[in-house]
Amino acid sequence: MVDRSGTPLVELRDISIAFGGIKAVDHVSVDLYPGEVVGLLGHNGAGKSTLIKCLSGAYKQDTGDVFINGERATINNPRDARGYNIETIYQTLALADNLDAASNLFLGREITTPLGLVDESRMEAETRKVMGRLNPNFRKFNAPVSALSGGQRQSVAIARAVYFNARILIMDEPTAALGPQETEMVAELIAELKKQGLGIFLIDHDVHQVKRLCDRAAVMKNGELVGTVEVDKVSTDDILAMIIAGKKPDHLAA
Amino acid sequence: MADTAGTSKETRSRKSFLDTLEVDTRLLGMIGAFVVLCLVFNVFTDGRFLTPRNVFNLSIQTVSVALMATGMVFIIVTRHIDLSVGSLLATCSAVMAMTQTVVTPDWLGLGLNNPLTAPIALIVGLICGAAIGAFNGWLVGYLTIPAFIVTLGGLLVWRNVAWYLTNGQTIGPLDANFRLLGGINGTMGETGSWIVGVVALVAALLALVSARRSKKAHNFPVKPLWAEVVLGLLIAVVILGFVALLNAYQIPENRLERMFEARGETMPEGYSEGYGIPYSVLLLIFVAVVMTIVARKTRLGRYIFATGGNPDAAELSGVNTRLLTVKVFALMGFLCALAAAVASARLTFHSNDIGTLDELRVIAAAVIGGTALAGGIGTIYGAILGALIMQSLQSGMAMVGVDAPFQNIVVGAVLVLAVLIDILYRKRTGAK
Ligand SMILES: Nc1ncnc2c1ncn2[C@@H]1O[C@H](COP(=O)(O)OP(=O)(O)OP(=O)(O)O)[C@@H](O)[C@H]1O
Ligand SMILES: [Mg+2]
Repeated sequence: MVDRSGTPLVELRDISIAFGGIKAVDHVSVDLYPGEVVGLLGHNGAGKSTLIKCLSGAYKQDTGDVFINGERATINNPRDARGYNIETIYQTLALADNLDAASNLFLGREITTPLGLVDESRMEAETRKVMGRLNPNFRKFNAPVSALSGGQRQSVAIARAVYFNARILIMDEPTAALGPQETEMVAELIAELKKQGLGIFLIDHDVHQVKRLCDRAAVMKNGELVGTVEVDKVSTDDILAMIIAGKKPDHLAA
Repeated sequence: MADTAGTSKETRSRKSFLDTLEVDTRLLGMIGAFVVLCLVFNVFTDGRFLTPRNVFNLSIQTVSVALMATGMVFIIVTRHIDLSVGSLLATCSAVMAMTQTVVTPDWLGLGLNNPLTAPIALIVGLICGAAIGAFNGWLVGYLTIPAFIVTLGGLLVWRNVAWYLTNGQTIGPLDANFRLLGGINGTMGETGSWIVGVVALVAALLALVSARRSKKAHNFPVKPLWAEVVLGLLIAVVILGFVALLNAYQIPENRLERMFEARGETMPEGYSEGYGIPYSVLLLIFVAVVMTIVARKTRLGRYIFATGGNPDAAELSGVNTRLLTVKVFALMGFLCALAAAVASARLTFHSNDIGTLDELRVIAAAVIGGTALAGGIGTIYGAILGALIMQSLQSGMAMVGVDAPFQNIVVGAVLVLAVLIDILYRKRTGAK
């Protein structure tokens, strides 16, 4: 059971962002406690990715604030987000296709030798270590990422997010391209990170998966928040109803 | 039937031989094309193409374009283009020429051929080049004007700034020390060249050994020892062969006599001395090494390639891609200034049309050298080899006596053909 008595690790307060005329996110508030996994659900185009991008620094919200450990955080770009130990697995993975796994994993945070030069061997060794835990079948350490399969690419993106001791982890459909075995390893990983006290936002279309892995689920529709529920107190049908109908089931509304 | 089986086996074993050496097959193809080109010209010129004299001339003619081509690699890798390099070269050349003929002798009162003149001119030129480049980069990176437009405008602007600075006049002769950068007027001599060759060889071998050690330390697979030895021997042959060739180009006797006279000595009977490595070529080698290290071993280089591969990913990974654009263009401007120093020193004066059409040569060199216009891919050595191939084609055809219009037709066709071959090659090897 997650302890929600203290200050939340992350608090997104009243976030709005519009692209042209479209309100992609419309006054949404969600919070996240240490050791908690919050699932974000909703139809395609509901605004899930856009919401978390305001936290990861990819977008700047039009209105609303982000609080981290109770203090207002200024996140103007991805570098700021990294400064708050926020790591993100983007839906698009955000990998440089022309570089190999190690270069992608350490992009922006290369290990350097005392001379200030990039230490390729050490980066590759570290990459082999993490990938060994995530995807033991992975062998293509010297190939550019463009030569990898969709799932292998996803493993690289996951490895990058978990390697750097994040405190807040954002996972945007992390298992969309993964096989059953790899998906299971990610599920185990999430459970383990949760135990270490990380807060995790997990975007996933699989309601069963969300019920299994998450503590709470926040449902969005057309940019608005439908509601946040504790997964143990609702059935999958209740969640599905929220996603499709866009309102909380009657027995929870009170 | 048996025949086909035989060949396929043979190709496989040849391929695995190259694989074991882990050399870049694309580079090998380029070197092969270059060697064939040289041999063909050598036949058609009755052996005049591959003389020490011509190799010397070829190498000093290549330096200016090759210097800029190394910078153009970074520009193109980050998905930009710079059409203003020739004009920028002219502006830097004009600034340096004015500095050493007007500013230092008259304004600063240093007089002619003061030892301070050349360094001052060079520093002023380099600062000017880097600043103009940074300005271009700012327009591209922060104001998000396409590089094509910024540098197309720059092509006109800087060509005519150079004109304005010099009133369109030829400025010269340049400072004697400054002219050392030009090539024939500044060479290392035989002993100096051997020293440089041996130092370079030792450095290259040490780099090989340390790369192997570091791989071994992490238990990564390494090539068999014999493959390393073969590679080392190849490097030795190339470096020492190049030095030997340049040393074999003898300084004419009357020139030697003048050199001895200048020192107040008389030349011993039968004395002879080779030119050796020109300072400009040494500069190019130095720049090539530094740029290669930047490309492969520094964060800046990583970010350049990552940004070229996927600008969004680079930005999301915390790379400041706007600032990166400024840096890349500033570096390009710096190299244009360096090229301007070499080019004007070679001419011994600044002329109004210096560097005209260089943007095309530089871009062609980078592209022939395997830099992909789509971004993310390119090598420094490839660009330099590209510059060398272009220059060899041009002077080879001139020596053979091909008419001027045909020379340009061939060069243009080769550029297109090179890119086609590159596309086919990448398709076949499955590389992107
Ligand atoms: N950069 C952008 N420019 C314009 N519109 C955008 C942009 N990014 C998102 N949108 C719009 O904002 C809305 C929300 O998109 P978002 O990507 O957040 O959806 P999502 O919930 O992540 O959907 P999915 O489940 O398909 O990933 C959509 O209508 C989309 O078209
Ligand atoms: Mg999405």
